[in-house]
Amino acid sequence: MTDLLEPRAMGRDLVRRDGVQKVRGTATYAYETPVESPAFCHPVQATVARGRITGIDTEAAEALDGVLAVLTSENAERLASTDDAELAVLQSPDVAFRGQVVGVVVAETSELARQGADLVVVTYAEQEHDSALTVDHPGLYAPEKVNPSYDTDVVQGDVDAELAASAVVVSHTYATAMVHNNPLEPHASTALWDGSSLTLWDSTQGVHPDRKAVCTVFGLEEEQVRVVCPYVGGGFGSKGTPHANVVLVTMAARALPGRPVKLALTRQQMFSLAGYRTPTIQRMQLGADRDGRIRALTLDVVEQTSRIKEFAEQTGVPARMMYTANARRTTHRLAALDVPVPSWFRAPGECPGMFGPEVAMDELAHELGIDPIELRVRNDPERDPETGQPWSSRHLVECLREGAERFGWAGRDPRPGVRREGRWLVGTGVASSVYPTMRQAQSTADVRFEDGRYVVEIGAADLGTGAWTVLPQIAADALGVDVDDVEVRIGDTRYPIASVAGGSSGTNTWGSAIAVAAREFRGKFGTDPRDGDEASGQVDQADTDDEHATYAFGAQFVEARVDVDTGEVRVPRLLGVFACGRILNPRTARSQFIGGMTMGLSMALHENSVWDPRIGQVANHDLAEYHVTVNADVGDVQAHWLDEEDPYVNVMGAKGIGEIGIVGTAAAVSNAVWHATGVRVRELPVTLDRLLTALP
Amino acid sequence: MDADIRLTVDGELHELTVDTRTTLLDLLRERLGNTSPKKGCDHGQCGACTVILDGERALLCLALAVAHDGAEITTANGLAPEGELHPVQQAFLDHDAFQCGYCTPGQVCSAVGLLSEVDRGWPSHATADLTSDPELSDAEVSERMSGNLCRCAAYATITPAVQQAGGAR
Ligand code: FES
Ligand code: FES
Repeated sequence: MTDLLEPRAMGRDLVRRDGVQKVRGTATYAYETPVESPAFCHPVQATVARGRITGIDTEAAEALDGVLAVLTSENAERLASTDDAELAVLQSPDVAFRGQVVGVVVAETSELARQGADLVVVTYAEQEHDSALTVDHPGLYAPEKVNPSYDTDVVQGDVDAELAASAVVVSHTYATAMVHNNPLEPHASTALWDGSSLTLWDSTQGVHPDRKAVCTVFGLEEEQVRVVCPYVGGGFGSKGTPHANVVLVTMAARALPGRPVKLALTRQQMFSLAGYRTPTIQRMQLGADRDGRIRALTLDVVEQTSRIKEFAEQTGVPARMMYTANARRTTHRLAALDVPVPSWFRAPGECPGMFGPEVAMDELAHELGIDPIELRVRNDPERDPETGQPWSSRHLVECLREGAERFGWAGRDPRPGVRREGRWLVGTGVASSVYPTMRQAQSTADVRFEDGRYVVEIGAADLGTGAWTVLPQIAADALGVDVDDVEVRIGDTRYPIASVAGGSSGTNTWGSAIAVAAREFRGKFGTDPRDGDEASGQVDQADTDDEHATYAFGAQFVEARVDVDTGEVRVPRLLGVFACGRILNPRTARSQFIGGMTMGLSMALHENSVWDPRIGQVANHDLAEYHVTVNADVGDVQAHWLDEEDPYVNVMGAKGIGEIGIVGTAAAVSNAVWHATGVRVRELPVTLDRLLTALP
Repeated sequence: MDADIRLTVDGELHELTVDTRTTLLDLLRERLGNTSPKKGCDHGQCGACTVILDGERALLCLALAVAHDGAEITTANGLAPEGELHPVQQAFLDHDAFQCGYCTPGQVCSAVGLLSEVDRGWPSHATADLTSDPELSDAEVSERMSGNLCRCAAYATITPAVQQAGGAR
């Protein structure tokens, strides 16, 4: 338990500090950094899904006037570390997936760089590739851990006996699609190597983790590398770890000392080089008594990783703590395929892992004739079922109840496929959301008194989350001053080390460090400091609580309408209620919630990286064919939250909110579509073809 | 191959020699240092590069510079003098109609173009009655803004922002 800060600035509806720059377009993103006469890079990508390069002809590219360098595995510098195979760029003639980087052309203009890249001729000895995920893939294996360090399998109790004793068993296979983060700003950088040190303006979710990776790969000291990133045009996880483009631009810069170079992946290139969410196959069983008490829950997950680097999405993890069960089993099996490297995508684990189970809950409710909200209430655990720990706060039931009230759930006819308005079959659905409240181990903040104001420095990142605005609110309350008297500087490794903006842990971690720094500052200098007085604080000096299970919860409600002839699905209403501790700024928080929910709607109805296993690539690799929700797909989207103060998570009493909005939405959509039509779509996305043949 | 063109960007005249493959988007971003229009796809699929080109909203990534000799471009940064905001920009701030901000200059320009189209009575797919002037209903605004993707998915705040700006005219 910690003493909570008195909220004066926290909780206020303050306009974004970087808002004017963003609406004018003067906020400079990585590629846009003004530098003197930059050179431009264009990557060359492998055109086979597996094989070995047998020859590279760069002559024509090099002969092109204005081409400055052509780097391939034959002439690129040897990296100090190739432990991370994704970052071992241009180190060997082996090709591990189609689209892998096999070269880069650097030229005076971007047009020439692209032309040069087209002129590079690479020949391959192609090998058989294996890139199709199947539920019974012969290569399935159990990873040692799942992301980041959860147990691969957890078994509690006698599953078989509890299933046998169940009055009702729901047993189905659910699936989520391969999806790509696709932040609107592509992965991009500007880099300058001056002969001994590197300045990297990179689009990243964490300047310090980015720098660490670059230092490791190139064998540089931290003092030799500065990473700068004041603005990020979205990341959603894909900029949480550096990908090949970061190594490539650094190599290009080092090949041209003194010359700044720029590299932005094209949208198409992002489908093979910037991470993605693995498709998941979820075999699920729910056994329950007549009164709805869950006796047994099993979730066996099959998903993919790349042959060269393992990423194990923790899809089975939320089912371990969400509801009560006498016995449960959750497992993960991976197939290592000749595919691009999967990685973080908003709410890894929870996002796909709350699809199957939350649809299964809806199916169970129907089988039992119990309202789906009531079923969840009956299985709301008093303690964390996995660890036995008490919850720091768990208000799922309150979210469901308040959501039901606001949405108008009462009196809902549970029968599917019986409401028709003109061409439209109408239905409603609900699902729960959850996201763990995490704090990273390392972050430091400095507080300095300067010209009558307090300057706080920390290498944090604002991906649109509002950190530029919210961190000053925290600092103001920690220092006991007006928020206008605080300036926070972020996004530069010149500031003290900060953890990645990921796992909804940024504000928790950085805010805790800032609070410690403020406490230290006041302890040293009192309330009447002198110019230049400075103190620093580290997150590991903040109170921690290991006694409680810390999670944010939420409930998502959806109204779906399905065209009776075409199967077209529309979602006129999306309503979420969340319990996420103290909301630090309702304006930016609301944007995060509705942004997450709308991305969940996108996942439910549109997003699908269509894999072509014959050639081993995403067939629809651009924004014309990879559909995301657009304005006309969105109706009334409402996010609400409960007044929740959690004294166990941090001195702000706040839980992370960047990811929970996407969790559960797709299940709520699928459940609403079933209620509208009577057709249960267990595989995402819920597209017309999956409904059409089954419609009444 | 190179060609000479004249271009007015945010009120400033430029006399330029351009590679005939150069798009207006790359010209602004990579040569003129005007990065207000963003590149999200380079294929006319996302709307991030939307500006006002000769009075109408247009995608700069689909416009070759050589084909626009004499053109006049207003980017989001040129919509209002420094220190001031265009009503659309103010409305985006008021509604927090963005997160990361990368789509925002394009959204803003698109909204400015939209309001002018509506003023001139242009119908859209969402216009039920083609005989009367279109209104700034939710459906109209959503439809007309759907060429501008927002991956942060601020649509539910973009639509009321556009309506506010439209009402403030
Ligand atoms: S960059 Fe022009 S439409 Fe995407
Ligand atoms: S604000 Fe991030 S893409 Fe629209």
